[in-house]
Amino acid sequence: MTKERETDTKTTDTVAQNPLSAYERMKLVRSQNRPKGSDFVERLFTDRIQCCGDRRFAEDPAILAGIGYLGDRPVTYIAIDKGKDLADRMQKHFGCPMPEGYRKALRHMKLAEKFGRPVIALIDTLGAYCGADGEERGQGQAIAENLVEMMGLRTPVISVVIGEGGSGGALALGVADRVYMLENAVYSVITPDGCASIIWKDAGRVHDAADCLHITAEDMVRFGVAEGIIKEDFDRFDSMCMDLKKLLLRDIDALSSQSTTRLLKNRYNRFRRIGIFEEPQEQ
Amino acid sequence: MKVEFLPHRNQLPEGKPFTNEEFDVTCSACKAVHKRSTLLRSFYVCPACGAYVRIPAKDRIRLIADSGSFAELNQSLTSVDFLKFPDYRNKLNKARASTGLKSAVVTGIMRVEGLPCAVFVLDSRFIMASMGSVVGEKITRLFEYATRKRLPVLGVTCSGGARMQEGIVSLMQMAKCSGAVRRHSDAGLLYTVLLTDPTTGGMTASIAMEGDLTFAEPGALVGFAGRRVIEQTTGAELPPNFQRAEFLLDHGFVDMLLPREEQRKVIGLLLRQHQNTKERRA
Repeated sequence: MTKERETDTKTTDTVAQNPLSAYERMKLVRSQNRPKGSDFVERLFTDRIQCCGDRRFAEDPAILAGIGYLGDRPVTYIAIDKGKDLADRMQKHFGCPMPEGYRKALRHMKLAEKFGRPVIALIDTLGAYCGADGEERGQGQAIAENLVEMMGLRTPVISVVIGEGGSGGALALGVADRVYMLENAVYSVITPDGCASIIWKDAGRVHDAADCLHITAEDMVRFGVAEGIIKEDFDRFDSMCMDLKKLLLRDIDALSSQSTTRLLKNRYNRFRRIGIFEEPQEQ
Repeated sequence: MKVEFLPHRNQLPEGKPFTNEEFDVTCSACKAVHKRSTLLRSFYVCPACGAYVRIPAKDRIRLIADSGSFAELNQSLTSVDFLKFPDYRNKLNKARASTGLKSAVVTGIMRVEGLPCAVFVLDSRFIMASMGSVVGEKITRLFEYATRKRLPVLGVTCSGGARMQEGIVSLMQMAKCSGAVRRHSDAGLLYTVLLTDPTTGGMTASIAMEGDLTFAEPGALVGFAGRRVIEQTTGAELPPNFQRAEFLLDHGFVDMLLPREEQRKVIGLLLRQHQNTKERRA
């Protein structure tokens, strides 16, 4: 018996065939002039109060978190921000969150739960911060805690991968009721660069690795990892964000009409059915 | 309302005796080769160098479980090379042939000092116990089973992380297992983790760090990012005990170090302390 989920594209706004290869998309989403988390936050949410700190150890500027309005609805927003100029990027360690960032995000998710606000998470990271200090303060534990807590969070959660969805560092904000991919966004278990050096001992074969890993938005819909693909139009970024806002509001309405029990059950099942394997009959 | 906390003996699958088949095991530290029967007598401590040899999953269970009490669940699940990933099929075949296992995790139920407990054990000989669809599904099913039967779970972890040969589907197993851990926890049941060498990457960022109590074997490597990757990206000089069990203990991420000869006793005690766990008030 092989389990593969049927593609569910009914929520997808149809996107014309994307001609870019997985590698080209990866390069594209890493480019500096592409809109970052902060650009989306500014356009999607109004009357914002942006907050700092995880109340444990430090503030991590790589994750923006706060309360704002999506249309006329108060929501909690969480966004990974890679930063603009070099100083900003360095301060945000290039959008690789520290354990404190994930703990700050969790603090805001718990507040959202307490006050019955939906959570919107915007994901754009190469992966969780990789360094001795992150390890000392439990990078793995911070991500694991978010996975468990998000699975039981009694309020709707919608995640949008706006650029790179880098492994556990992205999933830590991605345990959601709905997940959307921007047209050229990628989501991967390991960076194609890392994968290439492991299988071929040759970081130069990153192009092949990107293909092998199946990291595109279409792949995510096919594997049941994402519900839909959002068309990119950065020349008309404001109107693109207006459309995204409408989509998010529509989803929030649908999710808010469900009982909490139903919401959590659906969230559980959304991940429960992902997995492809064979199960021969036992003798 | 009367709630029966412990499943009746006849509600659980019947245990089978372990095989006594002889095979060679190489010490991961000094590379000395030993007979399995020798190592079983010494808790898999290398007679040549004294290091903790990585234990095949079923022998690990044998060292902890009451004799004849272990019954395996879902053993027939097997991996599929659905991405046609380079060399994956070959790796799977080799791992199956060399270990006699169908996947990198063994799951089932056992008794420790007479008390029932669900258990999963990763086996590092099987593609470095990386976590793909089968590992995710078997662990999820085990937690679901344990939640239904109101059993505690013991997880003995080791892993190279998510199984990249299954792409994004393997990453999602982290969330899937975490959901099952959450439901088990919400039912007021105990989940204990024993971290063994090496537990890294996606496993550290999910089920290995989600226990109510977390033990570690002395000297075990436990971390998220790899040591070499950190050295390369940051150029930092790392202390020799970096990401070792002792380092995690110092930083507050492990409850205690548990030497092999004490594991059975401590786990038995822990199960006894939690055997009257009540249903959590809604």
